Amino acid sequence: METDPVLQTFIIESTEKVQEMESALLQLETSPEDEDTINALFRAAHTIKGSAGVVGIDNVEKFTHTVENVLEKVRLGEIRVTADLIGLLLRCCDHIGHLLESLSAGKDPEENPELKTEGQAIAGELSAYLAVEGQGISAEPDKETTAQGSAPETLTWHISLRFGRDVLRDGMDPISFISYLSKLGEITGLTTLTDAMPPAQEMDPESCYLGFEIDFRSDAGRQAIEDVFEFVQEDCEINIAPLHGNKPSRKAADTAAGKQTQTRESGSKVGGTIRVDTDKLDQLINMVGELVIANANINQQAKRIGDNSLLESAFALSRLVEDIRDRAMKVRMVPIGETFNRFRRTVRDFSRSTGKDIRLLISGSETELDKGVIEKIGDPLMHLIRNSADHGIEERDVRLALNKPENGLIHLNAYQETGSIVIEISDDGSGLNREKILKKAVERGIISPGQELSDREINNLIFEPGFSTAQKVTNVSGRGVGMDVVKRNIEALRGSVEVESREGKGTTVRIRLPLTMAIIDGFMVKAGASFYIIPLDMLDECLEMSDEEKHLSFKRNYFSLRGTVLPFLRLRDIFNEPDGGNQREHMVVIRYAGGKTGLVVDELHGEVQVVIKSLGRVYRDVKGISGATILGDGTVALILDVPGLVRNGTRKRRSGL
Amino acid sequence: MNINVENNNGLCRLRIEDEMTISTAAELKRVLFDNLAGCRELEVDLSHVNEMDTAGFQVLYLARREADISNKVFRIVSPGPKILSVLQLYNMKDFFGI
Repeated sequence: METDPVLQTFIIESTEKVQEMESALLQLETSPEDEDTINALFRAAHTIKGSAGVVGIDNVEKFTHTVENVLEKVRLGEIRVTADLIGLLLRCCDHIGHLLESLSAGKDPEENPELKTEGQAIAGELSAYLAVEGQGISAEPDKETTAQGSAPETLTWHISLRFGRDVLRDGMDPISFISYLSKLGEITGLTTLTDAMPPAQEMDPESCYLGFEIDFRSDAGRQAIEDVFEFVQEDCEINIAPLHGNKPSRKAADTAAGKQTQTRESGSKVGGTIRVDTDKLDQLINMVGELVIANANINQQAKRIGDNSLLESAFALSRLVEDIRDRAMKVRMVPIGETFNRFRRTVRDFSRSTGKDIRLLISGSETELDKGVIEKIGDPLMHLIRNSADHGIEERDVRLALNKPENGLIHLNAYQETGSIVIEISDDGSGLNREKILKKAVERGIISPGQELSDREINNLIFEPGFSTAQKVTNVSGRGVGMDVVKRNIEALRGSVEVESREGKGTTVRIRLPLTMAIIDGFMVKAGASFYIIPLDMLDECLEMSDEEKHLSFKRNYFSLRGTVLPFLRLRDIFNEPDGGNQREHMVVIRYAGGKTGLVVDELHGEVQVVIKSLGRVYRDVKGISGATILGDGTVALILDVPGLVRNGTRKRRSGL
Repeated sequence: MNINVENNNGLCRLRIEDEMTISTAAELKRVLFDNLAGCRELEVDLSHVNEMDTAGFQVLYLARREADISNKVFRIVSPGPKILSVLQLYNMKDFFGI
């Protein structure tokens, strides 16, 4: 099978729909009667089926069709939502997911016997539901009357419909909607609007150009009328209003108004997004990067020439460039919520299979992260959550014995903090066992017996390769591969990870990731003959060091910052820069991960905007440098990897170097 | 779909067979307009059409509109029950003079 772009789009969109179905199902677990959720579920399945039909993926279409049939009955109240049904439907989502995966790998799912049996087994269970007809219908009172809370009254409605261009192509026909509408009441007037139809040469016979104005008498109620157009509501403009002369009860009118704005909102949201190839975005951002560099150059030239009006123009340009840079970066930012929501399923399935009752609490969903980072953070997060669920949270009876709440809690949180995004995964489980970790570390030769370590260092030992203290190896985690991989993955994103734990109370893993991947505001310094850039948001303050302070500091290896101890590093030493003979040195105080560190440099050059150019393969392993940038005059400056420097510095000091 | 064309001194008779649906709409449009261009009067016999959807309806409408613009005569002849029900539903019988 070739990678046809239409097929690709189908796979991407359907995968999203499967995720929507999944989150709807998980919501149904807590509120099984919620009609909006059931409708959302149904719509997602319907869309998958529809587009599978359009691209001609028969097995997906057929399978989803069966799912849709069951959901239809759920919607009509003929099948009740039970835990079993939700479980089955979740497996349906999985199966559709598997089919899509197979398609995206370029394999025909028909040729995979395992997938086939899986599909047949699930379809068999689904048809069992279809066979039991009308199971709940008599027990349930008429939905419409309960929803309206009053006896049905006959009203005249005015319905304006403007069908979207693609409805016919999507396999829907206005004829069937209007015929269906006429079953709910009486169409007293109908005008077909054709003015949207273009001149004959331009008219595409497969597009729909029709609109309708309909007068309609019915006792069905607004909800029922709206439901008629449920499947086209995303592509069509639909306006349903009671005609004057009716006296609808105030309550009905209120809810009606609310409903309508809701529909419109969701409509505008659909219309407001477009799918863009990430390559195109990256190119755009690259160009913006070049623009930033060129602009820096202009600023330098303007300053050199010193002409006031030129300076003013350059300043105005800079503001615009800054603005366009920020906006370009924002385009790539997406909220992390969707990634977080995916873990609801993980936690739920885990709870089911182990009998531990675990609740997942999610906060900070709106925190935005670069799309590239979001894609890569999923796996490490998954691992950490499984770890929490598996090793962190204790068995139910253990928890009860410890006087803890019966169900465990995992909290996923995200927030912004000085130039980084922080993601926290905390649990209220048993915490890390200090003794066990120490013992294991000695066994593995990671530390020598009797070595003095701080709590923090002990906790962070779990990120060492091949380290696992889990007593039982489960299929979820505990194989000792993982935490080091998690750490590597995060560091590859220029982030860092640390763990905090209180024995018996729980563990928190904190991941820090950089805000953007391409352009940063920096502070330029010089050490020896080279320029270095410090990310501006990590900069705390700059101090001039007097000779006396200098001597004193170098003797005792720390600087006294208004009476507090400030460890420091000399950039010249780190990068083997020759001593420039410049006696005046500056202390730049940087703040990272809750601590402060000093950097001793020769000259301060002020704020600059820099575009990060990644270093070539050869320099990838150079410690302390995260990238390079080209300054306005063409000089290269190195961007300091502050987290890396701080870590290295700490290690060196500890080991007495 | 099959279209039978009969040209006679500026009068063109088209007999459409089977379906006028989205799958045949492009073809239908082409044939209708090719023939409309070369005649003064177009008569469309729908007696053998057993299926018409909105796509079919739109092409029919477009042909009629085009005929009006270019001052030509356009006539629908013996529409079957399926056609009538669509025209009835869309309240377009008057437009086609039925």
